Amino acid sequence: MSALLEVSGVSKSFDGFKAIDNLSFSIGEVELRAVIGPNGAGKTTFMDLVTGKTRPDSGTIRYGSLSRSLTGMSEARIAQAGIGRKFQKPTVFEDQTVVENLVMALKSPRNPFSVLIRRPPQRDRAATLAEQIGLDDALDRRAGELSHGQKQWLEIGMLLAQEPRVLLVDEPAAGMTTAEREKTTQMLVDAARTRAVVVIEHDMDFVRRLNCRVTVLHEGCVLAEGPLDHVCADPRVIDVYLGRDDDA
Amino acid sequence: MTIPTERPAMTFARLLRCFLTCVCLALPAAAQDAGVQVLLQTYSDQIAKPSRQTIQPVLDALTSSGIPTMPDFLEAWADKRVVQRDADGAFFYGKREGDTWVLQSVEDGADAGTAARRDVSELKPNAGVRRLIATALVQFQLNDPDPARRLAALDSLSRSPSAKLLGPLRASIEAEDVPAIRARKIALDRLIAVQFGTDVETRLAAIDWMSDQLSLEARAALNRLLATELIVGSPPENANVARVLSVGKDISQTDALALLAAADILPPDVSRADRDAALIAAIADEHVAGTPVATLNTEAARWTAYETLAIAGQAPPRPAQNAVATLLERNPITEIYDEPDPILTAAAAAALAEVEARVARAQAFDLALDALSLASIYFLAAIGLAITFGVMGVINMAHGEFIMMGAYTGYVVQQIIPDKTLSLMVALPLAFAVAAAAGVALERLVIRHLAHRPLETLLATFGISVALQQIVKNVFGTQAVPLTSPDWLAGAWVLNDVVGISYIRIGIFMLATMFLALLVYILRRTRLGLEVRAVTQNPGMAASLGIDPDRVGMATFALGSGIAGVAGVAIGLFAQVTSEMGAGYIVQSFMTVVVGGVGSVFGTLAGAGLIGGLQKGIEWLNPSNTLAAQTYMILFIILFIQFRPRGIVAQKGRFAQ
Amino acid sequence: MILRKPSVLIFLSALALVTIVTTLMAQAGLVSTSFVKLLGKTLCLAIAALAMDLVWGFTGILSLGHFAFFGIGGYAIGMWLMWDRTENIVMPSLTGGPLPPTPFQIEEAIGTQIFGVVGSSDVPWLWSLAGSLPLQLAAAVLVPGLIALIFGWLAFRSRVTGVYLSILTQAGTLALSLWLFQNDSGLRGNNGLSGLQNIPGLRDVAQSVVSLWFLWASAIALALAYLIAAWTVSGRFGSVLRGIRDDEARVRFLGYEVEHYKLAVFTGTAMVTGLAGALYYPQAGIVNPAEIAPIASIYLAVWVAIGGRGRLYGAVIGAAVVSLASSWFTGGGAPAINLGFYVIKWTDWWLVLLGFSFVLVTLFAPKGLGGLVDLWTGRRARGIGPLGPDQGSLRGKEEVA
Repeated sequence: MSALLEVSGVSKSFDGFKAIDNLSFSIGEVELRAVIGPNGAGKTTFMDLVTGKTRPDSGTIRYGSLSRSLTGMSEARIAQAGIGRKFQKPTVFEDQTVVENLVMALKSPRNPFSVLIRRPPQRDRAATLAEQIGLDDALDRRAGELSHGQKQWLEIGMLLAQEPRVLLVDEPAAGMTTAEREKTTQMLVDAARTRAVVVIEHDMDFVRRLNCRVTVLHEGCVLAEGPLDHVCADPRVIDVYLGRDDDA
Repeated sequence: MTIPTERPAMTFARLLRCFLTCVCLALPAAAQDAGVQVLLQTYSDQIAKPSRQTIQPVLDALTSSGIPTMPDFLEAWADKRVVQRDADGAFFYGKREGDTWVLQSVEDGADAGTAARRDVSELKPNAGVRRLIATALVQFQLNDPDPARRLAALDSLSRSPSAKLLGPLRASIEAEDVPAIRARKIALDRLIAVQFGTDVETRLAAIDWMSDQLSLEARAALNRLLATELIVGSPPENANVARVLSVGKDISQTDALALLAAADILPPDVSRADRDAALIAAIADEHVAGTPVATLNTEAARWTAYETLAIAGQAPPRPAQNAVATLLERNPITEIYDEPDPILTAAAAAALAEVEARVARAQAFDLALDALSLASIYFLAAIGLAITFGVMGVINMAHGEFIMMGAYTGYVVQQIIPDKTLSLMVALPLAFAVAAAAGVALERLVIRHLAHRPLETLLATFGISVALQQIVKNVFGTQAVPLTSPDWLAGAWVLNDVVGISYIRIGIFMLATMFLALLVYILRRTRLGLEVRAVTQNPGMAASLGIDPDRVGMATFALGSGIAGVAGVAIGLFAQVTSEMGAGYIVQSFMTVVVGGVGSVFGTLAGAGLIGGLQKGIEWLNPSNTLAAQTYMILFIILFIQFRPRGIVAQKGRFAQ
Repeated sequence: MILRKPSVLIFLSALALVTIVTTLMAQAGLVSTSFVKLLGKTLCLAIAALAMDLVWGFTGILSLGHFAFFGIGGYAIGMWLMWDRTENIVMPSLTGGPLPPTPFQIEEAIGTQIFGVVGSSDVPWLWSLAGSLPLQLAAAVLVPGLIALIFGWLAFRSRVTGVYLSILTQAGTLALSLWLFQNDSGLRGNNGLSGLQNIPGLRDVAQSVVSLWFLWASAIALALAYLIAAWTVSGRFGSVLRGIRDDEARVRFLGYEVEHYKLAVFTGTAMVTGLAGALYYPQAGIVNPAEIAPIASIYLAVWVAIGGRGRLYGAVIGAAVVSLASSWFTGGGAPAINLGFYVIKWTDWWLVLLGFSFVLVTLFAPKGLGGLVDLWTGRRARGIGPLGPDQGSLRGKEEVA
């Protein structure tokens, strides 16, 4: 299985602080992967690097069957190429309706001219998506009026609407009720049937529920990788998560 | 100006003698071989009815007599205080009192009785004669005990330099004890020597001396020596050629043709007006020289018609365009020096080059001083904005009005306290207080309620700015009000002819330095500074550490606005105080903050330095047009922001990604 | 589609009503020519306010330079008006002479007439197309567009946003007005272009008639601008614009090149504003550098804010209310208030009133006058207000969280 997204030897530092240090990571065409790590491990910076928000100091990020380099592409181009990102905090356009949010995300030409001139009816496509995320009865409500969980789903729906090949999801379950978590897990697992999904999370319960390979980040590089049980047995991971006891 | 070589030499010798005598004033008057009156009587007629043409020999005789009281007489004569008694033709100093003259002896000023008005005639030398007397007096005044009079004599000498006075001048240098006047005398001596020196060595020495100078006078003297004229055709045999002009490079074709025309080598060019006049004069039967008038609606057609007229002899010919090149080649245009001696002109040219290089360096230094003072002004105007922008993340459009309020505070204080120094001492802290109070009011009433909405804050403070401007206009009128600086701040510190800086600007520079030091102290060494830096770098974290951002905001607003008020007083001292004065500084202040880097004192300093330097630099490149300079400066800043969007001193923390 | 929206319909009907009623009253002699001109000018200002609303209210770019585009449009049309009128003035004396005038002579005569005030008779290269109305009209649109394109490309490319962008636009405006103030800018320095109310070819038509024509032209232009604006902010394009205003980064991660959208809106509105200026200044009669001063652009933002940004009719209401109120107060229409110890003359105090009322609107009615419409239609207050978070925020969103 060839890798869809391959990050190799990437480093990034901010004002002397090494947020990412010689990190290598790859994910296949169809795969669900959880990335875990303590605070400051570089999880969010890792997503920023892949989605083009920050540029790496060194290393390469290649994507797709042609292994295009993503470094140097704008955020928008990377998103158009098929990498979708969900932020930790739900970021939907609160001033706009659910259907407007979804239509904006639907895969279609993105340049201003065609968006302005060509206006195909897209409400039906949006409605189908809304059904998937359980918002079919809230199509014309403003996103700002939705509950926290609904906003998270709407954002996942917007991600799906983009039809990305890689989905980067940052702490999707934060602040959700148990039932909502259940539903979110299902959505992500479903999504991973046809594409690569990377979930960043530090809630072990949630990761366990995803039942997938796990990559552990620590101080900007990969500490361990493998099934959750295998990773959890790794003494280095235990060290990082539980603190070093040998000093005491 | 031509002076026979014999006479000046003679005159010098005599003058020198006279002069030495004058120096030895200790000699009693009685020791002189002849009295003033005796000498005067020798030239009685000329003195009684002097004329500009004939008086010079008399003056020479009088000045060379060596009589110590002679200058007094000459002065009195020029002042029209001398009378002649009709009965015996004797001269007296006279003072009229009603119908009588009180007479004094011309020898020693002793009382000499009175005379009826009818018995004496007043001497009234005309302006030309008086000027000659004044020149004759210069040699005495050069050694006058009163330094002011010595200076006046030097001024009069530099206005009308003459070879004759070179000797007395040089002789007076030795005894001069005031260093400034001594330097002036030396300078004047060299200036006159360059122009009137009798031998090449003297003049070369003077030129050499000048190459070390910076003064306008020295440059003018060298330029005078290098005066040239243009000669068409081959220059005379022994002419001192400066250069041969190349047409199109050193001289425009039009100017060259005009010179050729003036030398009768070419017919003068025909102007369009002359051409049209000739054509109109030749209109006959709707035709000009066979061409229908209606077709003369292009320039080319008119010239063609004119050529036809010229060939027919009905109009003066134009210079044949195809012959111009040959003619120009055959008649080279040469620039020759008026001064025949090539050694002198070469030395002068070299000296001038050296002087000009030095002047350019001095100008660069002067420009740097100017830029520094402009930068201090921008720093004072912008630093308050920078602090508030850094801490609150908002832009206060009314900041310029705080500057204006400071200036008006200064004006009001001056109305109450007439003493300029005292009122300035009162105005500076009061302006700080007034502007700080206004700033706190603005922060509490408006800005605090618009937290996290910087664009709305910008517009709301703009509303305040409009209202404040108009209120001040309604209260104080639209005319500029005076804010006068105390006398000790007037004037300028002059280093030399090129470099000078006004005391006000030095004062502003010191004020800016003071506030810089104060701010750095507050920010680095006080609790408030710590809190300010904490809020600037991470407001969320600061709040969670128990720092009250509202309190910090208010304190910084008070500080920032207060400084603006002080800046207002400073600016008002040299610029006009109007209700709109703040608006003139606000955009520059923004630029300073943005270019320097938000929220950093040293960033603002760097921004002010860059903008001040840039503005002066552009003005120097294009001195005629300060408006254009500002335009280019702003365009430069827009480009600058492209490459350093966070300014020179980029802030870490909140603004960093 | 757009025409079915009730707000568009109501707006167009109201505009038509005002125009027709004013025309009828003018013909009946009930309103003065100067009032007709004032109304026509106000409609042009409303077009500029519409453009400002698109840029700021919808896209979140607080441009403090849009009025400069308005002025440039005025200069472009003013050049043709002055040139053509001056040509008509100098031609009789030139053709009256014994020789037919040459093109050179004509240009020189016009140049002397126009540039005599700045001590020059040379025609600057800027004026080389001034003889042609279509070309100058094109310039009124294209020059603002080009300037906006270059400026916007530079600014948006380096991701200058928020107050920084506002200050940059303001600085650019200041640079332009300072440049125009120079005598050798080729545009008559601080004299500006004057006598623009005399339309060449319409010398025999009374100003009262010409003013009505301009009123109708302005009204039609406003109607078209409103339709175009309404069409622009509807659908996905409008969604993207409002998305950029509320969360620029999120829009990027949806795959939209935010810079292109901003550039498109900035440039497009600059062109519309230029056209509005070209329509305004023949009614105003004079355009000079003071018109372009930064403060004018801020006023434009003030109108939009008072009217209610983020809604198109708000911009029009704001421009109309402030412009008409301003001429009522400063024209001596408002009665002075005698406080006994002080008489408030509105010519002096109007700006104070405007300044403070603007502060009050910002503080207490951020939705502006348009917010009244919400009350009237009974729309319930929305959770976070219709404007979303202020896009100028310097505090990064994630850091605030």
